[in-house]
Parts: sequence; C-alpha cells; structure tokens
Amino acid sequence: MHNDRLVIAGREFKSRLWVGTGKYKDFAETKKAIEVSGADVVTVAVRRVNITDRSKENLLDFIDPKKYTILPNTAGCYTVEDAVRYARLARAAGVSDLVKLEVLGDEKTLFPDTGGLIEAAKILIKEGFIVLPYTNDDPIVAKKLVDIGCPAVMPLAAPIGSGLGIRNPYNLKIIMETVKVPIVVDAGVGTASDAALAMEYGADAVLMNTAIAGAQDPIAMAEAMKYAVHAGRLAYKAGRIPRKLYATASSPIEGML
Amino acid sequence: MADPLQIQVNGESRDCPSGATVADLLRELDLKTERVAVELNLEILDRQEFDRRGLKAGDRVEILSFIGGGGPDDGWRRRVPTHAQ
Repeated sequence: MHNDRLVIAGREFKSRLWVGTGKYKDFAETKKAIEVSGADVVTVAVRRVNITDRSKENLLDFIDPKKYTILPNTAGCYTVEDAVRYARLARAAGVSDLVKLEVLGDEKTLFPDTGGLIEAAKILIKEGFIVLPYTNDDPIVAKKLVDIGCPAVMPLAAPIGSGLGIRNPYNLKIIMETVKVPIVVDAGVGTASDAALAMEYGADAVLMNTAIAGAQDPIAMAEAMKYAVHAGRLAYKAGRIPRKLYATASSPIEGML
Repeated sequence: MADPLQIQVNGESRDCPSGATVADLLRELDLKTERVAVELNLEILDRQEFDRRGLKAGDRVEILSFIGGGGPDDGWRRRVPTHAQ
C-alpha cells in the first residue's frame, strides 16, 4: 500500500482523506485536526478580508500552502456567474489553478445545480482551471463532467453537513463503473463507518468537513476518519468475500469424532 | 496636496490620498499582497498590477482572501454582492 498514491491531473496525493477548514472553534483547532487527520488536501473558501479588524489572523498562517494542497471552493455560489467569479478570485488569491467547483441549486438542501455546474465547468476549463466539481450522485452528470474535461468528480454522499452517510450507494457504484477518473465522495459523511464504506465501495478519496469539525471532539474524530479511510481503502484493495444467504463452516468437519 | 478621494473598500466608504495605487491601499490596510485577491470595479487584478493601478474617486475595491470553508453553508451570507450597491 506504500505506493497506493492518488493522482489527479498529474498531481500526486498522499492522503485519501481530504478535509475542509470551516466550522472549527479557532485556527489552532483547525490546524490540529488537519494534522491528526493526515490529510494533504484542504478546502478553503474565498471571502472579503476583514479590513476593520486588522489584527485578525489569516488561515494561511496556520495551514502552510507549501505543506498542503489548498483547494479553494466556490461555496455559497448559486449562479454560474458567481461561481466563475469566485473561481477567478480564488486563482488570483492563491497559487494554483485548482478549484472545487460548486454551483448550488437550493439553500435548504445545498444540492448542486448540475446544469449550472456543467456550464461553469466548461468556462473555467477553457480558462485553464483544474475543475473538481461537487456534484450529485448522478452517473449521467458525472460522465458529462468528465467528458468536458474534469479530471475527477466529487459526488455527494448526502446533503452537506447532514451526516446522513451514503444515501445511494448503488448510484455511487454506478458512477465508479461509469467514469475512469478518480471519484472523491464529498459531503454527507456522519461518522467513521460512512467514510470506510465509501472507500470500500471503491471511492478514491473522501472529502469532509462537518463530520470532523462538528464532532464533540474534532481532534479524536479526525483521527478516527484517518483510520476509517485507510481501512476502507485496504479492504477495497483486498477484495471482500461475496455475500451469501447461508453459513459456510470455517472449521473442517474432517477429524471430528 | 490634493484632496483625498472617496472610494468603496469591501462595501465601506473610505478616503484615500489622491494618486494612491492599489498597492498603497493594501499597505495602509496592512495586508500582504501574496495573500489577497483584488477586484477593482469588478475587474480582477494580477498582483503585478497592484502598484501600477491608481485609484480614482468612486472606485469600488473588493479585497478577498481564503477563510475556513468546506461546504457551501460556510458564510454564504457574507458573499460579495455581484452588483455594487
């Protein structure tokens, strides 16, 4: 498993657990949780600088961009125009062409507007962005995103922050069989078993924020997620036994009295 | 010395000295140029342009940087308005 590296658009990643940086108590906790999780990809949002309180610390003082791949998102964008604008701002503020593209359809569910997502992805890919799209668990949309040039797709497990776990494992499995690029299961994970399941199904990575930051002990949960993702990946590679309805004895009958 | 000009920075009115550039404004706000993105009247500037772009009265400047975020529910209410007010 030592060479089991994840490669997306020619970039190699050590960790198959990616984490968000929102909702933590403070930057110190954010930093500690990320360190413990072992993640080397961290998502960030782009927002106005607080110009009235100049003493305010900067996230990048805690998360070293030389050590981590900073993946800016277009969180909070409900239109193609907004998402494209935020992606461009993220590129201007950062160091790379990577963007986690989100075009949301609805404030209540935060489900992606997949039509807008494809449109925004096309524009950004043409501008040289490496677009990692946050999408629905829809195999047809996943295929379209890959066809237009996304080097990975990030289908949701469940609504953002819901902690419901994988609501449609069969769709995720179909996506994994349909597209040839890495699949990052993004959003909806509640606890370690959800992350392990995603990896056992064959996901290439799992991205989460609330499941760690919102846990009663975020640092302990970060560690749990690290092992869950690792265990799930190992189990996937090992190949599970088929499910059967009836028992098969493990101990031989031969030699019994 | 010329009168100061009034500009909008992140939605708030602010005086800046006549002849000031974007780089001057960032320096005054004590912001590191390598950590921010600047939009001047909806045009995103390259960092190299910061000290070439002068500010004029009525300019709308948006200064953004990375904050903690994961999912789309992180601070969407603090979004930058698309249409300046």
